[in-house]
Amino acid sequence: MISVRQLRRTFGPIVAVDNIAFEAAKGDVLGFLGPNGAGKSTAMKMLACFLTPDSGTAQICGHDILTDSMAVRKCIGYLAENAPAYPEMTVGGFLDFVCDARQIKGMARKKALDRIVPMCSIDSVYHQTIDTLSKGYKRRVGLAQALIHDPQVLILDEPTDGLDPNQKHEVRQLINEMARDKCIIISTHILEEVEIVCNRAVIIARGQILVDSTPKALKEKHHCTLDEVFRKITSTKKIA
Amino acid sequence: MNGFWAVYKRELKGYFATPVAYVFLVIFLFIAGWWTFRDGFYEFRQADMTIFFRTLPWFLAFMGPAAAMRLWAEERKTGSIELLFTLPITVSQAVIGKFLAAWTFLAIALVLTFPIPVTVAYLGDPDAGLIIAGYVGSLLVAGMFLAIGSFFSALSKNQVISVILACVTCLALMLAGLPTTLNYLSAALPAGLLGVAESLFVQTQFESMVKGMVAFSNIAYFLILITGWVAACSVILNERKAS
Repeated sequence: MISVRQLRRTFGPIVAVDNIAFEAAKGDVLGFLGPNGAGKSTAMKMLACFLTPDSGTAQICGHDILTDSMAVRKCIGYLAENAPAYPEMTVGGFLDFVCDARQIKGMARKKALDRIVPMCSIDSVYHQTIDTLSKGYKRRVGLAQALIHDPQVLILDEPTDGLDPNQKHEVRQLINEMARDKCIIISTHILEEVEIVCNRAVIIARGQILVDSTPKALKEKHHCTLDEVFRKITSTKKIA
Repeated sequence: MNGFWAVYKRELKGYFATPVAYVFLVIFLFIAGWWTFRDGFYEFRQADMTIFFRTLPWFLAFMGPAAAMRLWAEERKTGSIELLFTLPITVSQAVIGKFLAAWTFLAIALVLTFPIPVTVAYLGDPDAGLIIAGYVGSLLVAGMFLAIGSFFSALSKNQVISVILACVTCLALMLAGLPTTLNYLSAALPAGLLGVAESLFVQTQFESMVKGMVAFSNIAYFLILITGWVAACSVILNERKAS
């Protein structure tokens, strides 16, 4: 469902993403791991058609991100890093706006809202304005926005960042429930999360993919916990 | 088309979701009315709105940028622009949607000045055509200043910077049409060019409309400039939406 080919993006002299390539199929939950500034977010922004790559391209659901970005945007759900939303709007008004933009009308909209609001547990804040919400609720609203059209491909940039342990658990459960019939990419630097939700782990550092494997295989190969594997692979300091 | 309507609706509602719209409308209506009476609306003893329309563009040179400053600067500052452009909405749909929402908002402000024409009609027998022409002209000037405002709003993340740059540009366009500038230009330019330069000024175009001479060229002048600034705005956004 996702096929990335030699994607590269620079910001001035900094190479944020350097010729990355990978494939992901339906049923995959691909964990994008890497230290800060590794290029995870940049890569995801390019897949979500917010940034244009300098070179290379990607195909999502058979549509090219460069030539047919509207079709790509229609079939993906994207949650950006800080779950941006319009602070002056109510949660309900905000979801209505997203439905407007995604052409979900009439009965379909009612059904979508009836499904998504309990799913993301935002019933209690539905009429509140977004800037009065706590960080956890804001992120859930962001998640609701990304899921409202039941997309085939989900791109979630640090979906559990800033949530309390219960909320983290809920979001992970949500991802596990959806995993079967979607293709999901999540970025995170919480490694236990990868073990719980992901069936693939891609480790990226300094813009390049260092490892594309499964969490289990990684642990077996290196005979240690994911934490240590991660440190071994991404650490810039040479281990003597 | 859907993207356009979604943005338009959200933006117009956005004005009224915060106190911004009400503060804006109260200040706008108060100053527009106060200015008209200060300049001798009664003393003039004429049943028309010349005085109102004469000062309005000056006032719009501030209120236009003020109404437009949040359009893009806020999106970029809060990062919601990333949400907007990962929804199936193109840059031009969003730019036009936002611009038209702001224009609708200023049109509402202009409609709310209705007590002035009502007063004129009560006191005398004004030429309705003249008043309508004045309002159409004002709406076009407002649209142009909004287009300038939205351009500068896209240029800077900082609303203060964007509003100042936009006000200065609008005022420069207004000042260029003053008699003093024209006198200066008449010494420097040959007669043929002077006519061309004069016809490029906002005031020349606006005043001929207020006098009731609404020509195709007047309307085309404003529409071309509006289109130009709005197009420049989408070029800028395409370039730096992510920065």
